[in-house]
Amino acid sequence: MSSHITADGPGTPVADGPGGRGTPKNPAPDGRGGAKPSSGRTGPWIAAGFLLPSLLLLGALVVYPIVYSAYRSFFDASGSGFVGFDNYADVFSGDGLTAVKNTLVWVIVAPSVATAFGLLFAVLTERVRWGTAFKMVVFMPMAISMLAAGIIFGLVYQQDPDRGVANAVWTGVHDTFTDDSVFPGARPRPDAGLEKQGGAFTTEAPVEAGSPAGLPLVGIPPADVGDAGTAKEADKGSGGEVTGVVWNDFTKGGGGREGVIDPGEKALPGVKVEAVKDGKVVASAKTSGDGTYSLPKEAAGAQLRLPASNFAEPYNGVDWLGPSLVTPAIIASYIWMWAGFAMVLIAAGLAGIPRELLEAARMDGANEWQVFRKVTVPLLAPILGVVVVTLMINVLKIFDLVYIIAPSATQSDANVLALELYLSSFGGGGNQGYGSAISVVLLLLVVPMMIVNIRRLRKENSR
Amino acid sequence: MRTATAVAAALALSLTSACSGDGGDDDGGASEKRTVRLPNLKGEKIQVAAVWTGPEEENFRKVLDEFEKRTGATVEFVPTGDNVATFLGSKIGGGAPPDVAMLPQVGVLRQFAEKKWLKPLDDATTQQLNKNFSKGWQDLGSHEGEQYGVYFKAANKSLMWYNTAAYAAAGVGEPKNWDTYLEDLMTISDSGVKPVSVGGADGWTLTDWFENVYLSQAGPEKYDQLAAHEIKWTDPSVKKALTTLGQLFGDDLLLSGGNEGALQTPFPESVTKTFTDFDAPEAAVVFEADFVGVNVQNDTKAEIGEDVKVFPFPRVGAKEPVVTGGDVAVGLKDSKAAKAMLTFLASTDAAGVMAEQGGFISPNKALDRAAYPNDVQREIAKALTDAGDDFRFDMSDQAPAAFGGTKGAGEWKALQDFLKNPDDVAGAQKALEASAAKAFEN
Repeated sequence: MSSHITADGPGTPVADGPGGRGTPKNPAPDGRGGAKPSSGRTGPWIAAGFLLPSLLLLGALVVYPIVYSAYRSFFDASGSGFVGFDNYADVFSGDGLTAVKNTLVWVIVAPSVATAFGLLFAVLTERVRWGTAFKMVVFMPMAISMLAAGIIFGLVYQQDPDRGVANAVWTGVHDTFTDDSVFPGARPRPDAGLEKQGGAFTTEAPVEAGSPAGLPLVGIPPADVGDAGTAKEADKGSGGEVTGVVWNDFTKGGGGREGVIDPGEKALPGVKVEAVKDGKVVASAKTSGDGTYSLPKEAAGAQLRLPASNFAEPYNGVDWLGPSLVTPAIIASYIWMWAGFAMVLIAAGLAGIPRELLEAARMDGANEWQVFRKVTVPLLAPILGVVVVTLMINVLKIFDLVYIIAPSATQSDANVLALELYLSSFGGGGNQGYGSAISVVLLLLVVPMMIVNIRRLRKENSR
Repeated sequence: MRTATAVAAALALSLTSACSGDGGDDDGGASEKRTVRLPNLKGEKIQVAAVWTGPEEENFRKVLDEFEKRTGATVEFVPTGDNVATFLGSKIGGGAPPDVAMLPQVGVLRQFAEKKWLKPLDDATTQQLNKNFSKGWQDLGSHEGEQYGVYFKAANKSLMWYNTAAYAAAGVGEPKNWDTYLEDLMTISDSGVKPVSVGGADGWTLTDWFENVYLSQAGPEKYDQLAAHEIKWTDPSVKKALTTLGQLFGDDLLLSGGNEGALQTPFPESVTKTFTDFDAPEAAVVFEADFVGVNVQNDTKAEIGEDVKVFPFPRVGAKEPVVTGGDVAVGLKDSKAAKAMLTFLASTDAAGVMAEQGGFISPNKALDRAAYPNDVQREIAKALTDAGDDFRFDMSDQAPAAFGGTKGAGEWKALQDFLKNPDDVAGAQKALEASAAKAFEN
């Protein structure tokens, strides 16, 4: 199929020029037959003379680099040793394979999603009064360079919710549904009789009324206890209550004794203390301003538990640029840039659809969805195809966004062919043989899409 | 203001040209003492490429300004970005290399020398080099007997910078060795500060961690062997060093932000987060080279020597490690101006200009230590020059760039994976050995 096209494609005009004799087999060039007599009068040398400059330019700038890259791809890093197809084998193993896989994900996901968004925006804005303004806003990211967009999204995806917008929104939503803990990150003083169970801490021994149980914690940021009072020993209690104190067992400046309330050690107010018997909570209390708590007498003989909700670390959002999400995150930034492009082309196509057809469908009782699904989309199909294929070609050479957004720890997880090409050829490795092999693979991937586009163009012309 | 500078520059130009005319020793009555004579290069343009950004770049521009003032040449500073080898490789490939480049890795110097990309030093530069540099530093700038580079900048990469307030609040002092260091860290953690700030988003900070542990634990001989890949990364000594490092990296009570947080912290941030808040610091101690001082000076309000102090990397084995790094200036073009620039960079004058700004240690032994702006800098410089030729050069900087100096690949990447998963020592060793074998081609 493809060989037919390529043989036919460039061959026709060249054969036409110098020859100019006979009737072409194809009916298509017939339409331009009016030019024939004039080309018949020019000699082959004149035609060649006119063609020469562009042939030279094309040869030097396109054909030679392609041929040389293909040649170079069969040699090793130094360029002197012939390695056969080893470089190509490398492309499909190790780091290269990740790049191939990611490139495939890119080629499939990015153009289709960008086109879908473009279609959505185009259709929705078509009948809105402020549609043009909206289109301008959506199209605006196209005016930004990939580099700048990369830097912007690098910031958007920062992990720290105080810096990265994505996580700021995400944690904001998340924190609306969960309560803050009082002392995030606190943990029991080791060997103080408290055991860690999940995020909760439980006393090893049951507690008794009349013998206050001290629960020493450490690892509390000084800012969290800045305005807390000093801790004091709990009363024994008179009515059989179980009492005790929860405090920050760390003396500022060091020198404190472990498990003992030293002067100046702070109380931890607001900590929830539960008494647990046979896995059931029988009583619970919160510590007061001086860190003491008092549980009713049912708690006697139970184990005390400080539930995890006291100490949960603040939710830190999603690891956008971690190994698993880095590629989708970067694709999202690409879509942000290119959905506008798709929208503008599709909107132009939309304007060319005959209104009567839509009206006729509506008259026949089709609802808007059916009109969209059965009339608009089929009529737009050629445009959608052009947009998708153009974006696919564009996506195959995606480099800047990945290079800039992916942090070095996950760069290899986000790798794509163009980036791998750059890193291996001009990066530390300096292996231009391998780099050339990647470039040939990229060429092979882009050729089918070129053919599709060329065929479509021809069809348009012949119509 | 602009006219004033222009007049001053013109004056300086006429003075230099006048003096090269009469050949006098006194450089036109300039106030400071000059130890190097440079040719008149009026109208020449050169490019100097270096990895430095931010404050380091600003400081280095002062050195270039001084060169412009003395020679009349126009100097353009070209930032290379993280990947110096990549940047220069493509520039050289494109036939338009900068005149002079600062290579941050000795491995790149060797690699470039082998590709015949570097121009050997001329006599005037060699003269300065012999006068001002010890043999150890000269050797690092040479390859197979030919001298190519001048170590303009040295780094002492065995320093722990700590937040004095956080240490005082926890009641701990400077540690004697690795074990007491870890104990102190746990105490600081008890006090409510996650102690260690690791800039794990930059792979090179992790290689420095490993190298210090390894040099101190396995000793200099093993260190040299591993650096040259004569022993494999699967060697038991590597396992021991990684396990030791895992005592720290594997304990999320000790890492500021935990392992994931450390991995996302770039080096500059690892410094600022340690020294920004003194009531509730985000971290108590950050390990890295002397250039931490630059970040402290420029990005925080902390006072070096007061709020910020330094202790040497705690010894794991018999001796405290002294790992150094450095930027070596090399000529990529044979131009007169490029040679003059190298001569200038080898001189004590250039080192003096840069040293005054702080955050810079010169391997130049003739440089008066009074040039450094504070005692901490002087101490670091003293430690370095006192080590004589006993120091060991940063291991990752000696390796081919593909292994030791490429973002997201080789040793940087393998150690980032190790930081993410510190229990998997064997896996880290395997990954290190695999990429080392590929890069060293053995």
